[in-house]
Amino acid sequence: MFANNTRNLVRSSFLQRCKSTLVVAEHNNETLNPLTLNTITAAKKIGGDVTVLVAGTKCGPASEAVAKVEGVTKVLVAENAAFKGFTPESLTPLVLAAQSQFKFTHILAGASAFGKNVLPRIAAKLDVSPISEIIDVKSEDTFVRTIYAGNAILTLKSKDPVKVITVRGTNFPPAATSGGNGAVEQAPAGDYASSLSEFVSQELTKSDRPELTGAKVIISGGRGLKSGDNFKLLYDLADKFGAAVGASRAAVDAGYVPNDLQIGQTGKIVAPELYVAVGISGAIQHLAGMKDSKTIVAINKDPEAPIFQVADIGLVADLFKAVPELTGKL
Amino acid sequence: MISLLFNSVATPFWKWQRCGKYNLWTPNHPLSFLTISAVARKKMARVLVGVKRVIDYAVKVRVKPEKNGVVTQGVKHSMNPFDEIAVEEAVKMKEKKLASEVIAVSVGPTQSQEVIRTALAMGADRGVHVEVPAAEYDLLQPIHVSKILAKLALDEKADLVILGKQAIDDDANQTAQMTAAVLDWPQGTFCNKVEKTDAGLTIAREIDGGLETIKTKLPAVLSADLRLNTPRYATLPNIMKAKKKPLKKVTPKDLGVDTTPRIEIISVEDPPVRQAGAVVADVDALVAKLKAGGHI
Repeated sequence: MFANNTRNLVRSSFLQRCKSTLVVAEHNNETLNPLTLNTITAAKKIGGDVTVLVAGTKCGPASEAVAKVEGVTKVLVAENAAFKGFTPESLTPLVLAAQSQFKFTHILAGASAFGKNVLPRIAAKLDVSPISEIIDVKSEDTFVRTIYAGNAILTLKSKDPVKVITVRGTNFPPAATSGGNGAVEQAPAGDYASSLSEFVSQELTKSDRPELTGAKVIISGGRGLKSGDNFKLLYDLADKFGAAVGASRAAVDAGYVPNDLQIGQTGKIVAPELYVAVGISGAIQHLAGMKDSKTIVAINKDPEAPIFQVADIGLVADLFKAVPELTGKL
Repeated sequence: MISLLFNSVATPFWKWQRCGKYNLWTPNHPLSFLTISAVARKKMARVLVGVKRVIDYAVKVRVKPEKNGVVTQGVKHSMNPFDEIAVEEAVKMKEKKLASEVIAVSVGPTQSQEVIRTALAMGADRGVHVEVPAAEYDLLQPIHVSKILAKLALDEKADLVILGKQAIDDDANQTAQMTAAVLDWPQGTFCNKVEKTDAGLTIAREIDGGLETIKTKLPAVLSADLRLNTPRYATLPNIMKAKKKPLKKVTPKDLGVDTTPRIEIISVEDPPVRQAGAVVADVDALVAKLKAGGHI
């Protein structure tokens, strides 16, 4: 084990000169998830060339889109029935095969449910310590991330020869979707089917509203809404802004809204232009998910609610009167 | 026989292979089938649960003036909330007769035993404390913990490892995935619901867009998400009983795991401070401010 580490350290000084990053793209076989664009920006910040891996059962649209992204040198395409559901057990051997062939110094993915699920498995197979949800790249081996629900900022240096990293999208601007001319080639072939795990189905919330992590305006509700039906007040307000609707953990736990609306330490991290917190007390764990918003508005009948300590504009009022009034006046 | 035993010692545990026909872990040696004791295919699972002692979720965390960590001395600690959910799930499995035994493991300095005792009070049968001195613990990462848990899972012949999705101190969300990789077991992360079937497990997971259903074989590693269950409070009689339950102490060295640090902490700093803004009197004032800010 000790011999391994020495070998790794020697190899790492060798590889310092030839930086090469692999970005594992996130897509649904039709469209590229915008988070991949933010991840590509982080990859570019590391320096060195950027290769993007597009794996799925049908990769055409996604790989074409990625090849046009500015700054992408190469696109590796892996189209295989084995990748149905994008399971970590099937994707990990694919990434390991690509790593074995191209010897990347950095492997990145967005810090989404997908990225967080797959990348640590890859890191363990490579015997390196992954770095979760970075918010900045200081150098090829030094990264910044938040700990304690965003109440402390950690800057760390990785000693591993390959850095496996997930990227918080809200901290990196998206790469331009045109101007790029990446070379498309086939990823290493192999039998990636895994009998260990099988994707069955997904139940996704259907909505015309913008996606939470990318929305410019978010109207968010908490326990104060008292029921799922009452969330209609927020949907009406959101319509005025073309906004997305989010929720605190309390609202999700109580069953008012589905889990994909949850914003917070263990839910989604958002940083919109405008965040309107309605009936949300402002617990540390919720703040972790939204305190990077440009402007925070809070509507709560409790003047002592912690949310008022971070809100730029606070309104102490009964939300059941204030929200309809606000919607009407816009 | 001696050469077979020697081989099993010389081969690191993560190079052990599944011996196909018997679906068991053995060192990769042609005559290794001779070393297998007859382990019957049990219907009930033995569950290993990882529990971490963290600063309590309600505490206002303070960065140390030396900017190399946060203040932990004299600060309230408790079991990581996600780990409580993991323990609860394991204990529920035992109550449903799906699990035969629940083993609670914690990796850390002496105080980690507190959370093992809590797990025992919630219904775990025995505990394992992997002792890591405080200085070493500061740089311990999921990569080290996952190897420790993997080795214990094999030693204890666990069929299922359940961990919390993430620890609320490092917010890493890595250990379950890495433990599964070391063991070459399937991973069921961010579990919202877990059902044991004849074929293995059917799992509903929380993903960005909603819920996802997957099926995995057993053995497997799971990570518990918030809504998997509501953990029970340890009652006083159970807390007293927990004091008598066995708690084994080992070190990473005993398990053959190298804890050499993989990272160097450059700094730990306060986040940018957000100042409170103004409180407005009514909705009209709010609309005015939103207009002024260019939001409408």
